[in-house]
Amino acid sequence: MTTTTLAIAPATSIAQRRSSTGRVTQLHVLRSEWTKLRSLRSTRYTLLAGIGATIAFAVIPAAINASRWATMSTHDKLTFHPLETSLIGINFAQLAIGVLGVLIMSGEYSTGMIRSTFSAVPKRLPVLWAKIGVFGTVTLLLSVPATLIAFFAAQAVLSGHTLFGQNIALSISDPGVARAVIGGGLYLTIVGLFGLGLGAILRNTAAGISALAAMLFVIPPLLNVLPSSWDNAISPYLPSTAGQAIMQIDHPAHTLAPWTGLGLFAAYTAIVIGAAAILLKRRDV
Amino acid sequence: MIEIRQLTKRYGETVAVDDLTFTVKPGMVTGFLGPNGSGKSTTMRLILGLDAPSAGEVTVNGKRYADHRAPMHEVGALLEARSIHTGRSAFSHLLALAQTHGIPRSRVDEVIELVGLESVARKRAGGFSLGMGQRLGIGAALLGDPEVVMLDEPVNGLDPDGIRWIRDLMRQLAAEGRTVFLSSHLMSEMALTADHLIVIGRGRLIADVSVAEFIRRHSRNVVLVRSPDADELARIVAGPGVQVDVVEPGLIEVGGVTALEIGDQAAAHRLVLHELTPQQASLEEAFMSLTRDEVEYHGTSHNQQTHENEVLAA
Repeated sequence: MTTTTLAIAPATSIAQRRSSTGRVTQLHVLRSEWTKLRSLRSTRYTLLAGIGATIAFAVIPAAINASRWATMSTHDKLTFHPLETSLIGINFAQLAIGVLGVLIMSGEYSTGMIRSTFSAVPKRLPVLWAKIGVFGTVTLLLSVPATLIAFFAAQAVLSGHTLFGQNIALSISDPGVARAVIGGGLYLTIVGLFGLGLGAILRNTAAGISALAAMLFVIPPLLNVLPSSWDNAISPYLPSTAGQAIMQIDHPAHTLAPWTGLGLFAAYTAIVIGAAAILLKRRDV
Repeated sequence: MIEIRQLTKRYGETVAVDDLTFTVKPGMVTGFLGPNGSGKSTTMRLILGLDAPSAGEVTVNGKRYADHRAPMHEVGALLEARSIHTGRSAFSHLLALAQTHGIPRSRVDEVIELVGLESVARKRAGGFSLGMGQRLGIGAALLGDPEVVMLDEPVNGLDPDGIRWIRDLMRQLAAEGRTVFLSSHLMSEMALTADHLIVIGRGRLIADVSVAEFIRRHSRNVVLVRSPDADELARIVAGPGVQVDVVEPGLIEVGGVTALEIGDQAAAHRLVLHELTPQQASLEEAFMSLTRDEVEYHGTSHNQQTHENEVLAA
């Protein structure tokens, strides 16, 4: 009896307050998705891993090369690439951020949260836009500073070492460097959104991560076994290869121009997200 | 108010919901009853627009659910399947849902108190017991202070106190003029909570009646008679509307005649009675006999069916 009385009292208050709160708007859904993103421990850890990898994998090889510089062969010195070294961590970070993108959608399906989400926002598409907006912004705001820090830290380590009398460390004002470094952050952001689109289409974590890993790590080296004329014709247009053109400063053969490449990668991502939007609207949950 | 018209849902070859038509009215508790797998959860998903109907339509307060600008104020739902991210705390879960409608944080705290989860609100929902998960789901359903409250098997995993709490809460919400729609596979639970019943089996409507009417119509009163002269007594009381079922030699079950009449008849014919016990068939039995044909997976139902036919023929 005690339980009943205790429970009934607040129940009455539901009726009394008849809250006159708002309706579903894109802004409200954005706020909701921001709460969702920051309230999962896995999000924080994965983002931290991505940033950590970007910076650590820039500084460590730079330090190793710097410490052995005096004894390195001229050939090794000539093939050493100070920019590539400082952006190498992006190869690891893209996995962390891409997987997080997949999880942002697939996690809703694997836990059943999607039923709550789409019951609250039955038009569904505002949820996709909000996830893209929130995750894209957070990734951008973290990965651009991360690539900048990686670059400056690596160059600081390399600074003072010379090749043919010239300092091997690059300056951010050297031609193409600022574009390549900031572009690395943009590239990571697009990888994250690509993963998000895959997660929304496949609705399954394992499938989403597999598709992402295939796109990033399996298909590009696979094309190396084709005759080089084929490889050279196809490879530049692969999503990740195209996107990584933004991080090149010497424009090697068989690569797209930096912004063309990144633009193409962004276009692929837009197509994936467009397909996700159509499926999201049509499929049963 | 939930209005369902000729609603059909197919998943490939399987017909989960088959031409359902019914209305759930405000101001009362409507029980949605059916065996497991009869299409209750599918119907609820169709109401929320999570699944699209193959044919027919569903409206809530006059519009399709997705067409409402503030759907959480129209319908608050608890679905049978878990609908919570296991890595998130109860508070964050409710806050994220509230924010989609601009519902203030204070309402989230209020709902947490209402469902009695204050002590675990900041803990990961993944560690919740079934009962705590149900309470959190009910909290989410009540966040928007909705006109229609729709709960799928709400008493699942709740302890007796919790069951009583749900029952009182639902009756309270109905008394406030809201539409309350509860599914269950337990008739006994519905008899205590509901005013009206929608019974389905294999996706088809079997009954749309008030609980009082259902009880009147389906609870068969029988009298258990033990007598060495059971066979003769059976012949004497036989008549239109009277059913006699031989339980074992010397023990019969008589329906359609009161214990008083049987006793009088036995005395008039100088027959010995060892036992005369009026029995009320439970609502659960009535529900089971009603839905027996419609249950997807039978156990020994074939025999039961034959047995019942014999009883009716006797």
